[in-house]
Amino acid sequence: MQAQSTQIEARAKAVIAEHIEREGPLLPILHGMQDEFGCVPKETLPVIAEALNLSRAEVHGVMTFYHDFREEPAGRHVIKLCRAEACQSVGGDAIAARLQQLLGISFNQTTADGAVTLEPVYCLGFCACAPAALVDGEPVGRLDEDRLAELVAEVRS
Amino acid sequence: MTQVIYVPGDSGALALGADKVANAIRSELEARGIEAKIVRNGSRGLYWLEPMVEVETDKGRVAYGPVKAKDVASLFESDFLSGGSHQLSLGNPEEIPFLARQTRLTFARCGITDPLSLDDYRAHGGLRGLEKAVAMAPLDIVKQVTESGLRGRGGAGFPTGIKWQTVHDAQAAQKYIVCNADEGDSGTFADRMIMEGDPFVLIEGMAIAGIAVGATKGYIYLRSEYPHAIRTMNAAIETARKEGVLGWNVLGSQHLFDIEVRVGAGAYVCGEETSLLNSLEGKRGVVRAKPPLPAIQGLFGKPTVVNNVISLASVPVIMDKGAEFYRDFGMGRSRGTIPIQIAGNVKHGGLFEAAFGLTLGEIVNEIGGGTASGRPVKAVQIGGPLGAYFPPSYFDIPFDYEAYAAKDGLIGHAGLVVFDDSADMLKQARFAMEFCAIESCGKCTPCRIGAVRGTETLDKLAAGIQPDKQIAVVTDLCNTMKFGSLCALGGFTPYPVMSALTHFPEDFKPRAVAEAAE
Repeated sequence: MQAQSTQIEARAKAVIAEHIEREGPLLPILHGMQDEFGCVPKETLPVIAEALNLSRAEVHGVMTFYHDFREEPAGRHVIKLCRAEACQSVGGDAIAARLQQLLGISFNQTTADGAVTLEPVYCLGFCACAPAALVDGEPVGRLDEDRLAELVAEVRS
Repeated sequence: MTQVIYVPGDSGALALGADKVANAIRSELEARGIEAKIVRNGSRGLYWLEPMVEVETDKGRVAYGPVKAKDVASLFESDFLSGGSHQLSLGNPEEIPFLARQTRLTFARCGITDPLSLDDYRAHGGLRGLEKAVAMAPLDIVKQVTESGLRGRGGAGFPTGIKWQTVHDAQAAQKYIVCNADEGDSGTFADRMIMEGDPFVLIEGMAIAGIAVGATKGYIYLRSEYPHAIRTMNAAIETARKEGVLGWNVLGSQHLFDIEVRVGAGAYVCGEETSLLNSLEGKRGVVRAKPPLPAIQGLFGKPTVVNNVISLASVPVIMDKGAEFYRDFGMGRSRGTIPIQIAGNVKHGGLFEAAFGLTLGEIVNEIGGGTASGRPVKAVQIGGPLGAYFPPSYFDIPFDYEAYAAKDGLIGHAGLVVFDDSADMLKQARFAMEFCAIESCGKCTPCRIGAVRGTETLDKLAAGIQPDKQIAVVTDLCNTMKFGSLCALGGFTPYPVMSALTHFPEDFKPRAVAEAAE
């Protein structure tokens, strides 16, 4: 246990060292933590706070303000489905309902087998090829029943 | 000369399978032993034709689309490399009516060049604006931008030159240029397209801004939802540094300017300039009260120009061709061109850059071709989640900042989302409130509490509980939010809500009663 937390601290310090020289380094550091650990582990908050001469509460406040930063790692695959107006205008709500049904989870949840995390997102800039999603960072447009079924099969396998 | 094949690398085209098409072309080239270069250009913005593949022939460029990976073999059989005819032939892309009708100033190169080739950029007129700017007195640059009539394309429409003038006149050891690339509005994708399709134009625009106001450092605050744009911008900045466009001596001059991309973290409110500045400083993205204006006390308390991507990307053409050239396009106080983004339930969705003044009907029906579903248009939301829903009876309004304001709407970042007659406007109004509640930074009460109460009240209305009373409450809430909120999030959420209520009152009648009456 002790060894593990020392290791997290060492990795966190390496991330901090990469960005500390920048102006206003907190967001780049939090992104760096998420890249390193798959989330921003709570053990890293005091390390960040000390390095930036902030209180832990301040770091916690910043981290929790932004939708991107996770407290727990996501599933192996992450589907970010757009819920905004352009996608709504071409049946986005039905797609959202169907996807939740296919995965058996709601938004902001991860399937029990840890395969997929489903997150809502508000606009990906694919408004002229809606409904759209980002699957592990790769864009998918003009989602329909068939495409959705394919996607779910891909992330489930 | 090696044959060149263009397959868009724009993420919108990728969403429609452009990578698969490029791979299929690559393996077909290998199998056939043909030497050709595949260039991943930006998108021309004709998304119903994406992925749109183009080839360079003796007769100029010839386009094919929408191409699927399975069409590739047959394209080769039709000898598309020499412009052979195929059922997906589109001919000369510039002659497609959607493109031929446009006036492309800001997007002149987007979809044509290799986005990451500085040579290509130069060969298509790039860097001419910056070359002129480095030889000018800073104040003359500011003057030229002011005279062009350019107004902030992010939504507020504030004259860009006046903002620059304020920062120019401010005395400080350090000043900043901040590019707002937090394009969160649904229905908008112009910033994404230009950053992925012609990133050097933004770099050039920011460098000109830096020289004009005496700033040496620029930040691009780019949303995390745009991973492809982040990669392209970073790669372009790297090249620009190597080639001396950025750095200690911009284009060999005595001016220092460098740019850094900062990635947002999924907060819509950070598109608001003061909250963006807090986020850049590493704080919660909470809105600041104005004054002090960011132009006086902005990033880290220093004078800061905060401009939208399209505003900055429009500067190079203004410097190159002159203020008058740009100002001669447009109408009234809306000068120049605006990249209109046509999206949602529309047949021909995409980016349409044109001088101000087109009517809404022309945009939706003639250019957009009506709804994709083939059903009648019910409403068009203009300007993102904070923009009004207009009915077809408003289709004669010209695209102009003032004309929209006069009708209780806004053009915002010039995105339009078309809805057909299956749309439920009560649901859309509720979504506007819900979105505001999710994204509110929490600093001011009208927005933080108003949006939650608004959602609840519209739920009660939908459930048929004392409908008249609920409408009165929503109207009152909207009034409070509009005049009492610190920023546009709370202040403009009433636009979609009230426009839905005003123009589509039938959707706000209690459901049980409406059904019984039928």
